[in-house]
Amino acid sequence: MREKVAIAGIGYTAFTSVSPGSSYRELTYEAAVKAYEEAGIEPKDVDSFVCTSEDMLEGYSISDEYCNDQLGAVLKPVQTIPGDFLHSLAVGVMHILTEKFDIVVVQALSKASNMKTIPEMVNFAMDPVLNRPLDITAYAVAGLEMNRFLEEGKATREQCATVVVKNKANALANPSAGYGARITVDHVLESEPVAEPVRLLDIAPYADGAVVVVLCAEKIAASLTDKPVWINGIGWSSDSPTLESRDWTDAVAVRLAGDMAYRMAGIRCPAKEIDLAEINDEISFKELQHLEALRLFEPGQAGRATEDGVTSPQGKLPVNVSGGGLGVGHLFECSGAQKVLELVLQLRGEAGARQVLGARVGLAQAWRGIPTTSAAVAILSA
Amino acid sequence: MELEKFELGATPLKESAMKDGKVLTLHKKPNLKYAWDNGPAIDRYLAELKKGRIIARKCNKCRRIMIPPRMFCELCWRPTDEWVYVEDTGVVNTFSICYVNWDASRIKKGDKPHLPAVIEIDGASDGMGILHVLGEVEPDKVKIGMKVKAVWKKPEEREGAITDILYFKPMRG
Repeated sequence: MREKVAIAGIGYTAFTSVSPGSSYRELTYEAAVKAYEEAGIEPKDVDSFVCTSEDMLEGYSISDEYCNDQLGAVLKPVQTIPGDFLHSLAVGVMHILTEKFDIVVVQALSKASNMKTIPEMVNFAMDPVLNRPLDITAYAVAGLEMNRFLEEGKATREQCATVVVKNKANALANPSAGYGARITVDHVLESEPVAEPVRLLDIAPYADGAVVVVLCAEKIAASLTDKPVWINGIGWSSDSPTLESRDWTDAVAVRLAGDMAYRMAGIRCPAKEIDLAEINDEISFKELQHLEALRLFEPGQAGRATEDGVTSPQGKLPVNVSGGGLGVGHLFECSGAQKVLELVLQLRGEAGARQVLGARVGLAQAWRGIPTTSAAVAILSA
Repeated sequence: MELEKFELGATPLKESAMKDGKVLTLHKKPNLKYAWDNGPAIDRYLAELKKGRIIARKCNKCRRIMIPPRMFCELCWRPTDEWVYVEDTGVVNTFSICYVNWDASRIKKGDKPHLPAVIEIDGASDGMGILHVLGEVEPDKVKIGMKVKAVWKKPEEREGAITDILYFKPMRG
């Protein structure tokens, strides 16, 4: 029987458009103190630390060197993943599955407000020889993909806008969310065009924040927490980086990452077995595309289901009850961490006004963002 | 032969090869800008430098007086407790004599080499100090263990930056 991995503690800051009172150090420290307090541990009890950090986002070369102090990871085993938090979580899970580590801490942070040229930075992710000389915005990649998605009849433009309306409304019930609002489909459709069909309100606005999670092996879980949340499955995958020949309609990497996580969790019929999902919605239509890729809806059905309220907090499959990226804010490499946080709160029954009744199994999905095709998925249960 | 630019590794493309069009080249300058929030510890540290003072934070558990200051003690894993002013004098822990500039370009003939040094500051705990540069001293006269003192910019020229200290110079005696 394989060792099981539990989340024994989680700590987080508020997710805000700016955080001028804190550096990245104090943000992570705040989240770490809360996480360790919950699990009743101190840094000396931790066997390894996994951080999430990408140099271009932090503005430091070899930014992983700056992760240690604020986690209490000085003079301890630390490694850093330049990916989403869910990729780091996968590494943390693997550490425990080796049975050489009993307690592993996983961290992620966003200091988006400190990056002053985000569009240029995203543009820098495009191929320097083939794509960058064309002088087109990286948001075009989202526009190209959404256009093909709509052309294939996967959803209507209005259904994509409904995702924004739902997630921003959900965020109003989340005290940690930075971008809650009550808006209409027309507000989205009439917002400023960015890279048509993508409009300004289709894009998740940036946010700052930090999340720290304490993982532990099943054999010690009871000594750290009365409310363990189990990581039943985790998976990750990538499609091709080329903009010339990738799949422009379906999120293939998300499908593969999801299938990997389902296999590990022993889930055969996702639509019946998942109670709620936190899905990457960095651009409105991505929520619908990702839901289909994860087999939570039949092809072409996620948009109508959203219109019909199936993915609302009271629906059959609540999606992004937290507010998602559109309502909480886009947290870059911390995005997946906010999704895991929401699932942990929901599965423990601690989500307050937005508690989903009877939530037992949750799915968190991350995408590395424009212009990538990298994804990761985690399945959690109470 | 003196190298124009300090290089480690394989033979690079020559600039002339690019100028003459012998290789295909593309030029695009990244525009990456950051405005880092310092947080309360470094904000106060820089504000005090502007006033010509060096401030540290004390952890009342391990009793370390730490500069640069920090809001938490990374060893005791608890918030630090007090602000403590320390001296603008100290001892050279280690130094290097640099004949290349920050971008590895060689310093001009006749120019003095850069003298970066770690200075353990008087009043702070052992091993706690400032990475800065030495001045008013010949490179061959610098010694580990040497007592040094900060030379500050004029008050009206200070801007709340580590460069409000121009350099550290040897103390007499």
